[in-house]
Amino acid sequence: MATLDDIDVGSSMTLVSLNGARTLRRRLMELGLLPGTQIRLVRRNHVGGFVEVEVRRSRVSLRLSEARNLQVTGVTS
Amino acid sequence: MIGPLTQRRTIVVAGNPNTGKSTLFNALTGGSVKVGNYPGITVERHAGTLRLPDLTTAELVDCPGTYSLSARSHEEFLALEAVAGLPPIGRPDLVVVVVDATQITRNLYLTLQIIELGLPVVVALNMVDQLQSAGITIDAAAMAKALGVPVVPVVARNGTGVDQLKRQIAAILHAPQRVRPSWNWRPRSAKLRADVDAVSAKIPDAWADGDLERRDALALWAMLSLDDEDELRDVPTELRAVVRERRATADADGRELEREIIQSRYDWIDAHEAEFVRQTRQVTRFSDRIDRVLLHPAGGFLLFLAIMTFLFQALFTLADPLIGWIEDAFAFGQAALRDAMAPGLFADFLVDGVIAGIGAFVVFLPQILILFLFLGIMEDSGYMARVAVLMDRVMRAMRLNGRAFVPLLSGYACAIPAILATRTMDRQRDRLLTMLVIPLMTCSARLPVYGLLIAAIVPPGDRAPLQQGLLMTAMYVFATLMALVVALVLGRTMLKGPRVPLVIEMPPYRLPQARIVLRSMWQQGREFMTKAGTIILACSIAMWLLLTFPRDVTLSRDFGAERAILEATLRTSTTGDLADLEQRIAALDAEELGERTRASYAGRIGHVIEPALTPLGFDWRVGIGILGAFAAREVFVSTMGIVFGIGSDADPEDALLRARLRAATWPDGRTLFTPLVCLSLMIFFALACQCMSTLAVIARETRGWRWPAFTFVYMTALAWLLSFAVYQGGRALGFA
Repeated sequence: MATLDDIDVGSSMTLVSLNGARTLRRRLMELGLLPGTQIRLVRRNHVGGFVEVEVRRSRVSLRLSEARNLQVTGVTS
Repeated sequence: MIGPLTQRRTIVVAGNPNTGKSTLFNALTGGSVKVGNYPGITVERHAGTLRLPDLTTAELVDCPGTYSLSARSHEEFLALEAVAGLPPIGRPDLVVVVVDATQITRNLYLTLQIIELGLPVVVALNMVDQLQSAGITIDAAAMAKALGVPVVPVVARNGTGVDQLKRQIAAILHAPQRVRPSWNWRPRSAKLRADVDAVSAKIPDAWADGDLERRDALALWAMLSLDDEDELRDVPTELRAVVRERRATADADGRELEREIIQSRYDWIDAHEAEFVRQTRQVTRFSDRIDRVLLHPAGGFLLFLAIMTFLFQALFTLADPLIGWIEDAFAFGQAALRDAMAPGLFADFLVDGVIAGIGAFVVFLPQILILFLFLGIMEDSGYMARVAVLMDRVMRAMRLNGRAFVPLLSGYACAIPAILATRTMDRQRDRLLTMLVIPLMTCSARLPVYGLLIAAIVPPGDRAPLQQGLLMTAMYVFATLMALVVALVLGRTMLKGPRVPLVIEMPPYRLPQARIVLRSMWQQGREFMTKAGTIILACSIAMWLLLTFPRDVTLSRDFGAERAILEATLRTSTTGDLADLEQRIAALDAEELGERTRASYAGRIGHVIEPALTPLGFDWRVGIGILGAFAAREVFVSTMGIVFGIGSDADPEDALLRARLRAATWPDGRTLFTPLVCLSLMIFFALACQCMSTLAVIARETRGWRWPAFTFVYMTALAWLLSFAVYQGGRALGFA
């Protein structure tokens, strides 16, 4: 199992669980990032400190530090 | 034939951000938008009139764009308040949910949430023209069947489908009971059912409005929204208590309430979406290619800086000629009015008080319009969401969010448009903190003051230009550092807020629409002129009164008699030096104006505050200048011109003004404007809130005088303390 912040760009994977603050989890889930959802890492910007994921046909950006709270599995490039 | 509706109906337009909601809103209302505010908060409320095919009208209300009705702050609560029509608003008759067809899955989440509230709903399936390039097909009829609510495909940009949407709206208003949604929220487990029942029981009756389904929907909202950290007002304590208790029980049981509720909606979407959405082919988003550049770890920042440099340049180079024209037009109007009227106090009041006061706020218009043109383009194209993530790390260090960058940068041009630009920020706390820091940015009105004082500090010589330049740069750096410190301190104390996670959608890039951008630009400009403008006008007139009254002061000489003699000579002399005579009259006028100003209420205030100014090295005449500078900082220069008897049109390069300032002394003969005093005065001007327009705009934006009062007090206190430290420290080190 890995966390979203250290996945290679372009990889697809399945979200397993979300940790962290309740507001963060609620926001992610309402945007469709629920456990069991298939997602893809589109971009990682180390300078700006954020990642972008594709989920259910739309794009969501979040901080790298917050991406650490997303556990994923089945990573395929 | 159905007769026209008798009662005026209310329709709410809701939807995710970036779905073309505003475009559709404008298409439905024909642009007849009234911009107001939600009560007690500075979020704009747009309302307009919708004319239906049967000639009846309804009020259309634009709800703030949101991904969900769940809320943790009061401004997020507005979406629920508007859509559900919580008291005192009253339930709307219909909700139009605007859905971006290319992002349909995520948009369906909000749609389901709104349907749960049991209100008549019409889905406006927008941007259907872009489906093909996105490789998606949507069967609107099948979608309507699956949801149980009407679905109308539209292209808001060119008006396609808007008439059908209007017909559909009219049909539902006449027969609301015909809409029978097939989506109903049903708990999947008995445990969750018990949770919802327990919370439902504590939903206020006024919210539920006698509707059980609505009561359950509001209970779901409460379970997602309420916790110990939320910033919601007006939530009953027992509702909070039951949510806290139920969540604790569920946690202990290894269940997660939020996940169960949200999952149930996405389960429906996953199960039914295939009935009406088909992905025909995978396409690389055009936006991805743009983002490869605009969000590049290195190139993205460089391009952002380049765009910001261009914006900043435009604020000066594009606005300057316009400001020049406005000033010329007002000067022409003032001269014409003065010629047309009999000389006297009333003419002075109209020309120097009223017209000058109107000019005082109209000059801000070019920069406001240019800034909002840029902001509109950035917002409408989808770039603003990128700015928010790009600048997040930098601005977070200042306890601000990424969207604060553009307003802060604009503050280096002028605080007035910059404070208005904070409207692009959605969190009130972030907005307020940005607004309080903006006036510390070195705005262009400070430059003439610095110019005058730097010339007094740096002795003329070969190296003077370099030294003057360095001093000017140092002032910029100093003010920026102070702004950083103030943001850090305020962000940790008075405006301490919980850290909010950054989770934002990156909308596809879209070509900004001229109509939408220009309309919002015009609305902002008009609102500034009518609302903030009147406050600035009132302040300008008050300043004029302070500097002009009282009139019956004893003067040192009989200026009237001396002027009469000179004017008589001027009339009779045919050969003498006319230019010399005119100059002597002008000098006499300037002397009289200076004497009257020194004796005015402003002069008396200067004397009263002198004890507070001497520790900084200033005398009462500088005090008059500081008071006069409230009209606008650069007015300090002309006020000093008036006070030192050389007339009201002095500029920083004026040799006579410089000479008079150099010669000015304290009563005991010490030089007044030593280099140390000038430095102390520059520090004072860098930090003090010498600008009534800034305070007026903060008052307007925060709906009250509490925050402008705070801004004035903290900035003046900071300015006084640092000027004091510089002046007294400099003296202790042996500088004059």
